[in-house]
Amino acid sequence: MRKIGVFVCHCGLNIAGTVDVKRVVEAVEEYPGVVFATDYKYMCSDPGQALIQKAIADHELDGVVVAACSPAMHEVTFRKTARAAGVNPYLTEIANIREQISWVHEAEPDAATVKAIEIIETIIEKVRYDEPLEPFSLPLVKRALVIGGGIAGMTAALHIADAGYPVVLVEREAQLGGKMGQLSSLYLNFDTAPDLLQSRIEAVTRHPNIQVLTEAEVTELGGYVGNFTAKVNGSEPFTFDVGAIVVATGFDLLPQSELGEYGGGRYPDVIDSLQFEHMLAQGEIRRPSDGTLPKEVVWVQCAGSRDPELHKPYCSKICCMYVAKQAMAYKQRVPDGQAYVFYIDIRSQGKGYEEFVQRAMTEYDVLYLRGKVARVFAEDGRVVVWGVDTLSGKAVEVQADLVVLATAAVPSAGARDLAQRLRVSTDEYGFFSEAHPKLRPVESLTAGIFLAGAAQFPKDIPETVAQASGAAAKVLGLFAQREMVQEPTIAFVDEELCAGCGLCVAACPYEARVMHPWKPIAVVQTALCQGCGACVVACPNKASSLHNLATEQLLAMMEPVL
Amino acid sequence: MKTSYFPGCTLNTTAKGFDNALRASFAALGAELVELPEWNCCGATFPLLVDNMLDLAAPTRVLLAAQEQGDRLAIACTMCYNVIRRTNNRLRADADALEKLNYFIEDEYRGGVEVLDVLQILRDDVGFDAVKAAVKKPLTGLKVAAYYGCMVLRPPAEVAYDDPENPRALDDLLVALGAEPVEWPHKAECCGAYLAVKSQEATAEMSYRILSSAQRAGAQAIVTNCPLCQFNLDKQQLDMGHQHGGYNPIPVLYFSQLLGIALGLDTTDFGWERHYVDARPMLRERGHFA
Repeated sequence: MRKIGVFVCHCGLNIAGTVDVKRVVEAVEEYPGVVFATDYKYMCSDPGQALIQKAIADHELDGVVVAACSPAMHEVTFRKTARAAGVNPYLTEIANIREQISWVHEAEPDAATVKAIEIIETIIEKVRYDEPLEPFSLPLVKRALVIGGGIAGMTAALHIADAGYPVVLVEREAQLGGKMGQLSSLYLNFDTAPDLLQSRIEAVTRHPNIQVLTEAEVTELGGYVGNFTAKVNGSEPFTFDVGAIVVATGFDLLPQSELGEYGGGRYPDVIDSLQFEHMLAQGEIRRPSDGTLPKEVVWVQCAGSRDPELHKPYCSKICCMYVAKQAMAYKQRVPDGQAYVFYIDIRSQGKGYEEFVQRAMTEYDVLYLRGKVARVFAEDGRVVVWGVDTLSGKAVEVQADLVVLATAAVPSAGARDLAQRLRVSTDEYGFFSEAHPKLRPVESLTAGIFLAGAAQFPKDIPETVAQASGAAAKVLGLFAQREMVQEPTIAFVDEELCAGCGLCVAACPYEARVMHPWKPIAVVQTALCQGCGACVVACPNKASSLHNLATEQLLAMMEPVL
Repeated sequence: MKTSYFPGCTLNTTAKGFDNALRASFAALGAELVELPEWNCCGATFPLLVDNMLDLAAPTRVLLAAQEQGDRLAIACTMCYNVIRRTNNRLRADADALEKLNYFIEDEYRGGVEVLDVLQILRDDVGFDAVKAAVKKPLTGLKVAAYYGCMVLRPPAEVAYDDPENPRALDDLLVALGAEPVEWPHKAECCGAYLAVKSQEATAEMSYRILSSAQRAGAQAIVTNCPLCQFNLDKQQLDMGHQHGGYNPIPVLYFSQLLGIALGLDTTDFGWERHYVDARPMLRERGHFA
């Protein structure tokens, strides 16, 4: 018979203010198998942990129940505490009497106390049937795959390669560089984009640890974190194993043809911002229609962004800054020209960013008009822009020579298909989803696949480089382990009972269940199993089971609450 | 091919010429428009408040009348088209609204009627090729500016059967009739419409932009499918010279009038005398009017 200790935490008044902890201790002390029970103000504090360890030694406990906050908070803490005192960590369980009881039943202390007792008894039953387990290890391939050869992908690849690990960098186009390769100069210092980029491209192509595959795409991905198998097409298709993946596929601009209200795709002298970058890079600012020098140039910000009715509801984030840069670059080349910028708000959040936009207004006399553009049309050889200046409350008409649309940034073509091949989720617009918006912004929800740059959401270069460095750090963190450690609380198959019907294979949402290559039974791919239990329910023979959540164990756990 | 037809009040009164020319032309093209035996006002504006059920009652009754005749309803007045089509959309998408309205009108509209603009029928069912083949007196050399207004284009998702930023249907029809539609930027610009009630000056300016742009593009007439725009653009020109010295008026025609001429029909009841800017001298000069 297991000797179980129960430790009831007050969590200050968080629990003890509602639940009568003394009554709880008195009740569970009497429960079969419990040899020791006590309460304490803060069980997670050092004295609290010492109390647990002392009780383990004094009463020779081999099972521990801590009645406290959610296991998401301190399960790890208490398992470590108990292990140090000689109890297998999987024989230490948490009864959540804070989030599930005291916090939600504040108005009913009596009922809350009864419920706390029942929940603790449930967990006592669980510990009674728990088996001692050890995490198991899986091999780890210390090679990374980086998808996308723009500044994001190259940055991530360089960091990983510099740390000594091989990297395969896959780029769809013939050249590395991505969108940054299409830029002329960069804010805030008008650095020449090609120069900056060239140093990165050279570092990548010369790096002994980086293998660059251009005009190539990832066509298939199998396996799991630490053990992916990727197939790449291209001049010579090949298949290779990697342990981690960085997705850095970047963005595209919303096609101009979708912006009919701004004359997009209809008038040659209405262009998008990348076309204007191209002109700046070539050093020749000319109207596409007749090759003349444009003297009146209008930038339309939020063209397709912040437009929930017709286009994208989100802010594309990068446009305010590059429009200021483009307008200044234009004025540097055409000092007697007039630059106009229609804007909703100026979003210049970054070190030196606001000052930069102010320079555009004051030093370069770029005319900023706060208001939306209603319509753009061509008449008498000019492009007429109708808009409103909401500061003066007047309708504005500009007879322009050239209109530059700061079109919305959207995920790069094919991103959704790639996401499906990688089994990575995307948001409603097709940007790759991060695992947590605040705490895990460089990870995807798929273990071992990380995100860098505008593939996740529009970002400028410094932000992209920062995220790419973060993604590389996550990859290196993974590679720093000797092997992959996997939780042992997963499913297993009793070969004697398994009839090989395959129902569990279809039921598994993680592709963790396959048929044995020659025996008529199903087997668990331990690295993929998340312990959800779908296979246990699906199995008609009860051959599927979960470690430490066995069917008979669950039934025993239900006893106290019935 | 016969289609149930809802003329609406404008085509029954001030725009009678639009109506006469339209019915005669459709009959000549073998696509007879059959007036609903009984009909009422369309409601005149589509209510923007979602709980304004009462204002949907009138258009629902029109749909009910159409349902008794078949499953398609042709409408020529763009305003009526806009209101009835949007009402129909709402009733099809919202079972609760349909039930409420049926309760209110004490009858059962089932949502099955397809609401169509007559220009849409001409394009999609009759076909502009068939129209072209039926033309007896092509409008050769006549430069026209096709003007759509807003009612058949906005809101696009609900009513548009054409590109809302750069519509083509009317231009293509005019090409089929042998005329030359000019390229101009204000095909779908607002004419000012009811704003005339509140600010005559604002409407006059909005109309002037459209009228002058059409003339700069070389048009000899503006041709429209919207009877309300027609009225506005036509009438605004009476006083336009006060604000814009030397202004030269330009005729504003219903497309059905040109359609009738090109098909070689008797044009006597096409309502020419109701226009503020008489189109007949211009048409006569170019040999398109006796």
